[in-house]
Amino acid sequence: MAGTKITLEQVRHVARLARLEWSPEQEERLRADMDEMLAYVDKLNELDTKEVAPTTQVGEAGMPMRDDEVTNRPAAEAMLANAPSSERGYFKVPKIIE
Amino acid sequence: MNREAYEAVIGLEVHTHLLTRSKLFCGCSTTFGAGPNENVCPVCMGMPGVLPVLNRRAVELAIRTGLAAHCAIAPYSIFDRKSYFYPDLPKGYQISQYETPICKGGYIDLPATENGEPRRIRLTRIHIEEDAGKNIHGENASLVDFNRSGVPLIEIVSEPDLRSAEDAGAYLRQLRAILRYVDASDGKMEEGSFRCDCNVSIRKRGAKEYGVRSEIKNLNSFRFVEDAIDYEVGRQIEIVEGGGKVAQETLLWDPARKETRPMRSKEYANDYRYFPEPDLPPLIVPAEMEEKVRASMPELPADRKTRYVRELGLTEYEADVLIADRDVADYFEATLPALKNRKSAANWVMTEVLRVARDSGESFVEAVPPAAEVGALLRMVEGQKISLNAAKTAFAAMVKSGKGAEATIAALGLAQVSDESAIAAACDKVLAAEPEKVAEYRAGRDKLFGFFVGAVMKAMGGKANPKVINDILRAKLTG
Repeated sequence: MAGTKITLEQVRHVARLARLEWSPEQEERLRADMDEMLAYVDKLNELDTKEVAPTTQVGEAGMPMRDDEVTNRPAAEAMLANAPSSERGYFKVPKIIE
Repeated sequence: MNREAYEAVIGLEVHTHLLTRSKLFCGCSTTFGAGPNENVCPVCMGMPGVLPVLNRRAVELAIRTGLAAHCAIAPYSIFDRKSYFYPDLPKGYQISQYETPICKGGYIDLPATENGEPRRIRLTRIHIEEDAGKNIHGENASLVDFNRSGVPLIEIVSEPDLRSAEDAGAYLRQLRAILRYVDASDGKMEEGSFRCDCNVSIRKRGAKEYGVRSEIKNLNSFRFVEDAIDYEVGRQIEIVEGGGKVAQETLLWDPARKETRPMRSKEYANDYRYFPEPDLPPLIVPAEMEEKVRASMPELPADRKTRYVRELGLTEYEADVLIADRDVADYFEATLPALKNRKSAANWVMTEVLRVARDSGESFVEAVPPAAEVGALLRMVEGQKISLNAAKTAFAAMVKSGKGAEATIAALGLAQVSDESAIAAACDKVLAAEPEKVAEYRAGRDKLFGFFVGAVMKAMGGKANPKVINDILRAKLTG
């Protein structure tokens, strides 16, 4: 049943976690969208998966791994090239208050 | 405040860097102390379109730690994304393990102390994750260095089995010793490679349920851990005694003011929205891989202790002191070849060598003379070529000069004289000079024997072999 699962408060909570700010109209639209998504998941829940192990990946061949070798050379300038702001080799960001 | 009526319940989460050359998911160097943002690449900077590739050595080191701590190694585990926004986390999530850690269960045994029996502290889990970058806070802006971003970590989570600040300190020391034995970590807290979060609650002594806990974040020295826990336990008891309730909150330790205070900035951060990392397939550890790692395990502190007590005849205390640091234990063993008296070597390392290391402020290995030279010195004592006092003098000189044992003994003229004719001549002189004392001795004043030995030693400049003096004097005085 769409329209009853997600509250506006939950939408605001998720927005806050993602550091996003929405207008009241956008919040309502997102609430409706998220409701629909949950309704879709409910549909999936109709399947009985009690005997099925959770699938996190379809390729179950296992993890390819690399040897522990340093293959990258220092390239601080290239890494900083796209930074909006930098100082003495550091990325500069608005002051973080602890 | 009746502190005795309460019991502290403490669990620790320890983060430690793994000793790999490269980062967890990319080929950047993990070297500490590089210039800002030198060891970064698009992967550990979280650029769009990059893919992580797991470092095999990091997995092996996590397994080594797990085996050393008696954990079960998970044949199948997955990585998860832990999402939060902070400038030092370029992807907006940290790759970690949530529901399926690579190591489960396990325990760490604490040795007996003056105040208590040996204890077993259970572990909940050990998992692999990547570190974040480092922020430097300025006046008007913050600066970010991503060299640490993506450096492999393991997080070792204990059950709430610790009961005091002292317990927590003992656990951390034991854990660090194990990490160093298995080469998983260098345990350097001053470089941030060993950090600790403490979960602390209190309850009435004898109570079964746990109280509400607070979490003290990011402690980077054993001293801070012990101080912060002591303070926090006192604070919570005061609240409860005053009729109040302890709030569940995240705290920071202020070492200057010696108090905990609530952490403000991450108030929304506890909603991490974990989900399986889609960029990494499951981590499968086949039985052969676990066995291969097991076969490569070094002797662990507990086994070494047993061997020292059973095979070398040391006391439990002596063994505990020596095994606490792998470097010290290795050093002790390197002094042993061709020595008969293992106990004297143990005593020497525990007193002379450890004192030098303590006083120097440098790392143990840098501060002390080579173990082989100390072994040579002790062999000379055993062979009665030098006295124990001469060995101490020589050792102090070796620390300063960096020269070997033989050269130092020769240079300082510390070699012991065992030449019987020289000693016999000195004895004759002393006896001839003290006819009255000789008569008294022969009349039964046995105590005078020590006087004669001292006089001969003095005449020989302190370098004569005391056993030879004894034998010759006794023969002459009774003859």
